[in-house]
Amino acid sequence: MTYRLLKRIRVILSIVVFFLLTFVLVDFTVSLSTEAVKSLLYLQFVPSVIRFTGIVTLGSAGFLVVMILTLLFGRIYCAFLCPLGTLQDIISRMSRYFGKRRKVFRYRRPDRFIRYTVLGGVVILLALGHIILLELADPWSLFGRMVSGLLRPVVYGINNLAVHGLEAAGSYALYPVSMKGYSWLSAGVSAGMLALVGWLSFTRGREYCNTVCPVGTLLGFVSRISLFRIRLDETLCNSCGLCGASCKAGCIDTVSRKIDHSRCVMCLNCLTACKQKGIHLVSVTFHRRRSAPEYSLGRRGIIRNGMALAAGLFTLQGGQKSRGGGRRGERTPVKREHHATPPGSKGFEYFNDRCTACHLCVSACPTHVLQPSLLEYGLAGMMQPFMDYGASFCNFECTVCGEVCPTGAILPMTPEEKKQIQLGTARFIKDNCVVYTDGTACGACSEHCPTKAVQMVPYWGGLTIPKVTPEICVGCGACEFACPTTPKSIYVEGHTVHQQAREPEVEQVTRPDTGDDFPF
Amino acid sequence: MKRREFIRNGTGAGLAAWAAMLTGNLNSFFASAIPWQGGAYDLVAVKDGEPEAMFDKAIESLGGMGAFVGKGARVVVKPNIGWDVPPERAATTHPGLVRRIIQHCLQAGASQVHVFDNTCDKWNNCYTHSGIEQAVKDAGGTIVPGNAEGYYQEVQVPGGRRLKTTKVHELILESDVFINVPVLKHHSSADVSIAMKNLMGVVWDRGWWHRNDLHQCIADYCTHRKPDLNVVDGYRVMLKNGPRGVSVNDVVTLKTLIISTDIVAADAAAAKVFGKEPSDVPHIATAHEMGVGTMDLDKLNINRIKMQG
Repeated sequence: MTYRLLKRIRVILSIVVFFLLTFVLVDFTVSLSTEAVKSLLYLQFVPSVIRFTGIVTLGSAGFLVVMILTLLFGRIYCAFLCPLGTLQDIISRMSRYFGKRRKVFRYRRPDRFIRYTVLGGVVILLALGHIILLELADPWSLFGRMVSGLLRPVVYGINNLAVHGLEAAGSYALYPVSMKGYSWLSAGVSAGMLALVGWLSFTRGREYCNTVCPVGTLLGFVSRISLFRIRLDETLCNSCGLCGASCKAGCIDTVSRKIDHSRCVMCLNCLTACKQKGIHLVSVTFHRRRSAPEYSLGRRGIIRNGMALAAGLFTLQGGQKSRGGGRRGERTPVKREHHATPPGSKGFEYFNDRCTACHLCVSACPTHVLQPSLLEYGLAGMMQPFMDYGASFCNFECTVCGEVCPTGAILPMTPEEKKQIQLGTARFIKDNCVVYTDGTACGACSEHCPTKAVQMVPYWGGLTIPKVTPEICVGCGACEFACPTTPKSIYVEGHTVHQQAREPEVEQVTRPDTGDDFPF
Repeated sequence: MKRREFIRNGTGAGLAAWAAMLTGNLNSFFASAIPWQGGAYDLVAVKDGEPEAMFDKAIESLGGMGAFVGKGARVVVKPNIGWDVPPERAATTHPGLVRRIIQHCLQAGASQVHVFDNTCDKWNNCYTHSGIEQAVKDAGGTIVPGNAEGYYQEVQVPGGRRLKTTKVHELILESDVFINVPVLKHHSSADVSIAMKNLMGVVWDRGWWHRNDLHQCIADYCTHRKPDLNVVDGYRVMLKNGPRGVSVNDVVTLKTLIISTDIVAADAAAAKVFGKEPSDVPHIATAHEMGVGTMDLDKLNINRIKMQG
């Protein structure tokens, strides 16, 4: 009974965490405070590690908590804190209802080659300054991209349908939300990963967690020596195989009566499956002598890992590449060398080193200017969010991305700080400007500029034309977004390292001299 | 009257009516046809009071809100909520004024009062930080989003020279009464932003306006649907760095309010308060020339009210 209760607690916790994390990834109203979002993400392992390397505080030490928990109870991160784990559990569970025979899990030999190649690759690549493998394999980020790329549009669609329905009934209680700038490619990659992870979990439970996931592998090292572990009581076990059939991790070898603790995800299914009461969750100190067989990498494994790594590295070349800013044609096309990185990210290198592309900021960004990149940052930064000024612009007062970013790739900033972070500077292309080509007034760029870095200055015949003061430009992209021409007449050239913008000069205006009376 | 004279006059009147209908200018045709009635003002200007009190005075001298809003009428109020800045920056209409107008509408028997703007900055931040969302709720109106193309329907602009069609928020098309509540401020594109410029917030495709002779498009749109009443908020006035402004230093307190059914006249009077000649503002001059309204303030019956002294 106790085991049943424990398992139920695990299931409920996992569902609650799963629901909350899914919610923050689709919640376009940002209805939870960013503090709440932050505490929800506190125990997400990879974001916490990265954050810790940047800001060594208790607030970023969630991964240490996970480590301690793992040391005590095994991989409970995988059991109910990891949303991708729960997603796989849900899919495994659904697999029961398909096929003729009731599906059962079975013991699998560990795939050490892939396991250690991925983890080793992640570590070595990180040491070399490439985050991409971690970005691709980290369960939280994978999950984030799946929800942000695949579920979010569905939620938006349902919301927008509901808006229409209510509107027809004369109510404006809900509001529509735009999918402008949505990255099909990033969503496609996520769909592919979902298919892979989904298929793995459909056919063999937590296979992803125990072959690919670098967090699973790393925590597996710790869970081997954890205080509490699952134990087979060899005096009671009759090798009936029930526990093995219930084991999502496929880590119970019921024939030789051995458990691979490095792969046990602490789902506790086996505890309730055993009819002999021959499997228990016990403190290891009382069972020291019956320790599990150790799996070691071996010399051959190390060589194979090294080869895989080299192959991986080879494919990761490529720096920042630019994507053309507009249609080619009669006018001067935008030739942007660098896309801007989000405010608070210090610049390309800092951001590129720390962002695992979980797309939480993409989901939370109120103006939807943050969009997953394709090759805007080069191959190594694929899917990391960039400032997509074709889709939107950065709202001057807003600091949401820095508040929600779990890895610290986008650092928190006060509105005052943010208003002086220069992501890039506006460049004016006179050849494309309406004032020049048509001789009519426009000024949309200057209108939207929050610092008046884009000013309208006298041109001819009462017309005014934009002029950029780069020192006070923050690179928010409002000018670029508002510019009505194709190709754009003004665009933001991103900085590789963010600069400090000068504060705009302010001077108190004086009231027009119209006397005490009405001027008419 | 001889027969020939009668025919000539009839034809002339018919032609004038036809021309007026073509330009969507039927109101001004009748206005010129019906002799001026004593006591009715074309424009009311109030000075030196709080926004709410100034509006009370102004609407009273136009015969009260009941002259515009009938029992059960559906009203749409269109303030300027374009920017994510606090009220003291004067980039958005004074929330107290918006609140007061809604209260008057409801007292006059309006069945509903909707408020919206197609904002420039992130719309819900604008609604909140301008203080207007709260003001609308306090007064019993309904704040409505204007952030998606789905709310906007394509319409013909009958008298448009450049702007022939545009996409207009459904509330402008569905409401019985349309009250335009701009804030008077400097504008980097349109020189000044007053009542006509404020109507850029009822359309979706304003980028097209910018691309195709902005001033002409602003004047053109007024031939689609002119507001039934224009209330110009000149309490705090942004004199430079408009329309968004950079700091409170761009703002002076002028404590002025102008209301008129004639959108061009309202703009002309407000431009003068701003310190600009109406004829120097292309969209005001163009609208006047097109017969949308008049900027000749000398020819209007103006009630000037000073609240103190």
